Amino acid sequence: MNAASRFRDAPGAAPRSLRLMLDGVPVLARPGESVAAALLAHSGGATRQTPVTGAGRAPYCMMGVCFDCLVTIDGHPNVQACMVSAREGMVIQRQIGARRLGDQP
Amino acid sequence: MSADLVIIGAGPAGMAAARVAAEGGLSVTLLDEQERAGGQIYRNVGAVAGRGWLGADYARGGALVQGLDHPGITHQPRATVWRIDARRGVIWSRDGQSHVSPAAHVLIATGAQERPVPFPGWTLPGLMPAGAAQILMKQSGMVPDEAILSGAGPLLYLVAAQMIAAGAPPVALVETPTAITHALPKLPRALFGLPTLIKGLGLIARIRAAGIPWYRGAADFRAETTEDGRIRFDFTTGKQSHSLTCDLLLTHLGVIPQSHLTRSMGLAHEYDAEQGAWRPTLDPWGQSSEPHVFVAGDGGGIGGAEAARAKGALAALAILHQAGKLDAAGRDRRAAPLRRALSRALSLRPFLDAAYSVPSAFLAPPDETIVCRCEEVTAGSIRKAACTGAEGLRLMRTSLRTGMGPCQGRMCETTVIGLIAEATDRPASTLGPGRIRTPVKPVTLAEIAALGPQPEETT
Ligand SMILES: Cc1cc2nc3c(=O)[nH]c(=O)nc-3n(C[C@H](O)[C@H](O)[C@H](O)COP(=O)(O)OP(=O)(O)OC[C@H]3O[C@@H](n4cnc5c(N)ncnc54)[C@H](O)[C@@H]3O)c2cc1C
Repeated sequence: MNAASRFRDAPGAAPRSLRLMLDGVPVLARPGESVAAALLAHSGGATRQTPVTGAGRAPYCMMGVCFDCLVTIDGHPNVQACMVSAREGMVIQRQIGARRLGDQP
Repeated sequence: MSADLVIIGAGPAGMAAARVAAEGGLSVTLLDEQERAGGQIYRNVGAVAGRGWLGADYARGGALVQGLDHPGITHQPRATVWRIDARRGVIWSRDGQSHVSPAAHVLIATGAQERPVPFPGWTLPGLMPAGAAQILMKQSGMVPDEAILSGAGPLLYLVAAQMIAAGAPPVALVETPTAITHALPKLPRALFGLPTLIKGLGLIARIRAAGIPWYRGAADFRAETTEDGRIRFDFTTGKQSHSLTCDLLLTHLGVIPQSHLTRSMGLAHEYDAEQGAWRPTLDPWGQSSEPHVFVAGDGGGIGGAEAARAKGALAALAILHQAGKLDAAGRDRRAAPLRRALSRALSLRPFLDAAYSVPSAFLAPPDETIVCRCEEVTAGSIRKAACTGAEGLRLMRTSLRTGMGPCQGRMCETTVIGLIAEATDRPASTLGPGRIRTPVKPVTLAEIAALGPQPEETT
């Protein structure tokens, strides 16, 4: 599911100099942006499947309210990708199916 | 990490309050879950140079951020507050570890969230709130590609103008019914609101000049994913049906106070019928029903950034007085110009609230709409449950799990209330606000346990 991004770079945007890994695939990120932003720049597809029906979801509110951007970061499940800044070498996994809040890595 | 005053939220309200309180001699801890101060309107403002396309209002936030550079202010970024405890203080989490900031005085300045805009398809990848796209513009230098802007309200025009300035104009503006003519009598008599009004008209002129197709009176929203992953957006205007294709469908119907913290503390709240939302009950200084707890900014009722700044400063003056650092005469003298600024900032509100009220189809959407995004509960099942006894938020929660997911009802409560109101023919004002329990943001049990013994629960 690697649909083209639904965003493009604004005039004068800084280069994407950070490299994260998303399910084994490199994803580039701009210093200061959230992991959710990097995922949206990488692909227009789903970053998560819901526990209830398996429907695809992508980051939505970008301000920590909706919890649709939950991913696993460096082994920690259920992290709000919109509230975490991208850092070099981060390992991210999409969450497919149920993962209860409070699950330990 | 004790402070005289703990402020939650580093938006215009919290930043203005921090400066006034620190200059008045209080030690201030400013907690915000974001990496940088600025809040929603001035998000990332300290870090971005030369993004002229975001406009002059945005750049103005820089001064507020610089004001935090005061020895009395400790700004704690990435600090997510999940509980305010009457005895222990403000409890917050960072990197999986919780901390307690004891405080004699607390100011809650948590701002607003975008009002949920539910319709069939709003959960699909490729749909986002317009404000979320704006966050990406401010924080990541990303602009929406081939996007449609839909809904109503001043922020929609602003985002459209910012997209145009960034060289990525929206492919269409699909506006839900507005009541501008009906709202005209609410225009302020004095010329107070004029600059804001002119700014708004300027935005509209820029959208017109860019030649963007503009649909008015749109209803019956529905979105689907096309085979090639794009979004097909169906809607009607009057008797006419439309079907547009885009990469991103952005929606907006205004903002509502973020009241999870104030509600979880059991503060008194009231329903604001004009804005269709609950807000904490406050006196003119922002003092809540709990004497040492104040609320300022959009979290206490939507007023916009200038009002938030004034309210933050007013609350800080009252707190200085409460702390014995400022006599009543000094407080009132310094409050006078702030009150004038506040009434100027609020003068256009009644007009805006009346002109851009929420169409009922987004409060009680069609049956197939997913209302609770977390637990995937549809409007149809909520209607059915409401007709068979689940006549309140709590009963609905126990029968269908609405609001029980990680977002704790932030994305569904307004709609669940709208649907129950419709099914039971009761006004929304009698159906809320829902009880919110701590933690207001999810934290692990291990993290809570590591904090040590809890004081007895009062609720
Ligand atoms: C997405 C979005 C975009 C907006 N864009 C504009 C715009 O461009 N122009 C405009 O005029 N108005 C805009 N608004 C309206 C805006 O909310 C107000 O004008 C203004 O920002 C209100 O200021 P404030 O200080 O009350 O709150 P905010 O500026 O919203 O600041 C609140 C702060 O509290 C923090 N916070 C919230 N909960 C917690 C918690 N539990 N723990 C720790 N920190 C917390 C948040 O991270 C945030 O930084 C926008 C609103 C939203 C929701």
